[in-house]
Amino acid sequence: MVFDEILRRAKQEWESFCCGDVPRILVGTATCGRAAGALAVVEALKKELERCKLQATITEVGCIGLCSFEPLVTIIKPNYFTVCYHNVTPQKVPVLIESCIANDDPCLDLALGTVDRDERGAVYIPELPRFEHEYRVLLRNCGYIDPSNLSHYVANGGYGGLKKALGMAPEAVIEEVKLSGLRGRGGAGFPTGRKWELCRKASDEPKYVICNADEGDPGAFMDRVLLESDPYAVVEGMTIAAYAVGAKQGFVYIRAEYPLAVERLEAALHQAEELGLLGENILGKGFDFSIEIAKGAGAFVSGEETALIHAIEGRRSVPRVRPPYPAEKGLWGKPTLINNVKTFASVPPIIDKSAGWFSSIGTESSKGTAMFALAGKLVNTGLVEVAMGTTLRKLIFDIGGGIRGGKRFKAVQIGGPSGGCLPESMLDVPVDFDSLRQAGAIMGSGGIIVMDEDNCMVDTAKFFLDFIQKESCGKCSTCRIGTKHLLNILEDITAGRGKIDDLNLLAELCEDIRGGSLCGLGRTAPNPVLTTLRYFRGEYEAHVLEKKCSALVCKDLIAYYILPDKCERGCEHCVLACPAKAISPGRGGVKVIDQSKCTKCGSCQLVCPPEYSAVVKVSPVSSLPR
Amino acid sequence: MEELKAELADILEPSKRDRRFLISLLQEIQQRLGYLPEDAMLALADFLGVPGSTVYGVATFYNQFRFAPQGKHQVKVCMGTACHLAGGQLVLEAMSRELQVDVGGVTPDRTFGLERVACVGCCALAPVVVINGAVYPRMSPPKVEEVLVNIKLGNREHTIE
Repeated sequence: MVFDEILRRAKQEWESFCCGDVPRILVGTATCGRAAGALAVVEALKKELERCKLQATITEVGCIGLCSFEPLVTIIKPNYFTVCYHNVTPQKVPVLIESCIANDDPCLDLALGTVDRDERGAVYIPELPRFEHEYRVLLRNCGYIDPSNLSHYVANGGYGGLKKALGMAPEAVIEEVKLSGLRGRGGAGFPTGRKWELCRKASDEPKYVICNADEGDPGAFMDRVLLESDPYAVVEGMTIAAYAVGAKQGFVYIRAEYPLAVERLEAALHQAEELGLLGENILGKGFDFSIEIAKGAGAFVSGEETALIHAIEGRRSVPRVRPPYPAEKGLWGKPTLINNVKTFASVPPIIDKSAGWFSSIGTESSKGTAMFALAGKLVNTGLVEVAMGTTLRKLIFDIGGGIRGGKRFKAVQIGGPSGGCLPESMLDVPVDFDSLRQAGAIMGSGGIIVMDEDNCMVDTAKFFLDFIQKESCGKCSTCRIGTKHLLNILEDITAGRGKIDDLNLLAELCEDIRGGSLCGLGRTAPNPVLTTLRYFRGEYEAHVLEKKCSALVCKDLIAYYILPDKCERGCEHCVLACPAKAISPGRGGVKVIDQSKCTKCGSCQLVCPPEYSAVVKVSPVSSLPR
Repeated sequence: MEELKAELADILEPSKRDRRFLISLLQEIQQRLGYLPEDAMLALADFLGVPGSTVYGVATFYNQFRFAPQGKHQVKVCMGTACHLAGGQLVLEAMSRELQVDVGGVTPDRTFGLERVACVGCCALAPVVVINGAVYPRMSPPKVEEVLVNIKLGNREHTIE
């Protein structure tokens, strides 16, 4: 089929989807929505419509990035304004159907806001504070189109980039990508156009294109959301790349832990093939390209490109020495282009709208937008996309809404387990590849985790080292043994067995690991330790010298205590909740914790009624009242 | 044994004898059998024409593969960064205490298995536990017993806030 025909049909379908005669209900059912109960809401909607004998279509869409408001339901009625409802539960469904579908009451008290501007004073969603600071390129379709309907993608400008690219010489496509200034979104920030050029110039055949969707950072879910909400953008980007470098076969290496992303990607590939946008003789231009899915079996190191190639070949994903770079010798020894999900998804708009448009967004050395998963102690967790160069402060306080529960900000961890923890004084650092590296962190693939005063930085460093040490592939001894030693020292410090010399030893070991490891995993593994030592040395010293954990986290350095003057004598919540049977009523019915039995699980503090709040943590243990 | 052979034949016959399918075949075997029995790994080595050590080496490298049967209800406690910061470790310890099984272990009657998993991507709901595909949001030690009792009683729909 020629492209114009595909576009005509897609527009027709989109038109009837948008302007049909019956109301439409959109439910966000990406993984995060499902975890919050979106599928139960879909079921409830279906039942209620049937019970009320009402006509409406229900469409499952992707994620618009407002995780803390999931499940989200949007109701679109013909000749009526569109309203989006947040935190919808099956219990709220009958009200919505009754008022909103059957009658003309928009139930604005349950709504997040309206998608169309309305005079009745409801919140206009695009004007919510966070959207004002966002710049959506990759997320433009997420949550708006049906991710299992290619027509929706095409009708909204999809495949315009591929059509244009196929009319250009491959070298011209590469030139355009180079001009755009796009840098690899997997974390290292290598210029994408240069990578493509290297692969194009490699003389060997066949060539391969690989999409790296092995998103292993705990707390990062940008790639997952893109693949679940707008998989076609990634497929189109890969197809353009394949045309540019001269490849016929592509692979998407994706985590098996993302079953929904795999399912939606499979469907997208199938539909693209049916329409002749993938397969043989794409759009009649004599260019062949097909994509296979390879499911990863769970290894953090697989995100490294040479390791990932080994995984696709059916081997242990152990990195190897570069050069030769994969662009020259990659999969099965052939020239291979590897880019991240977000990098590929950035390509179609660049080709479609021009390199100049893309390079007008962002900073001098980092062009375009950056996508982040905001998690941790924030009011608004979720997914955001901002222009490169936006400050961390804006991300955390303006978009993230600041710290939950009126607590104080302590640190932000950016770049995954091998990123760094930055303190409040660094919040005005612009988020781009180079500024972050200077500050001791890395861009990584885009996880941002915010910590408050209740998080201990030594414990945080220990957590990341525990992860890195388990995920080290074992090839380089500095990484394999060095990270284990780092972890041992951190365990000693958090257990109150640390010595002050340990702090220097940590720093020394970090340098050795950084210098003696082959791949990015080992080379960046010390970052959490180095940055916490640099910015939060006082906390380390308190652990070592005073045996005190000021955040009251490290178990060996804290004790639970029941304040006698706050304990309500008749209440026995803590006694019943204690799994160790360590709490009993003492003199006058005031509850007392037997410290020799206490396992420090914290249950007593959680069940103590808030009006008493009698259970407190103290540190050091020696400060426990007699 | 006969049963295992039939299952394996089912999985292997449609596949090409190519080393590159090693990981996907291991995934399929685990999907069908719940874990990777030694005999299955040896049969796969035979099929692909590689030494048994190669199959074992690959299988033990990746986190996904299991070498013993799992519990009927596999309790997966998320240990991603967001869950850790929100007290995931305390939830894991409470599960271990309540089930009387170590992390990575299975109860003697194979009803429950306990494992820690890296991020399941529900950071907004931290800390979370995943059991039989259902996500239990905002967990804490005092909620653990209730969740487990409801699973034993077969209340699969139950989630607590």
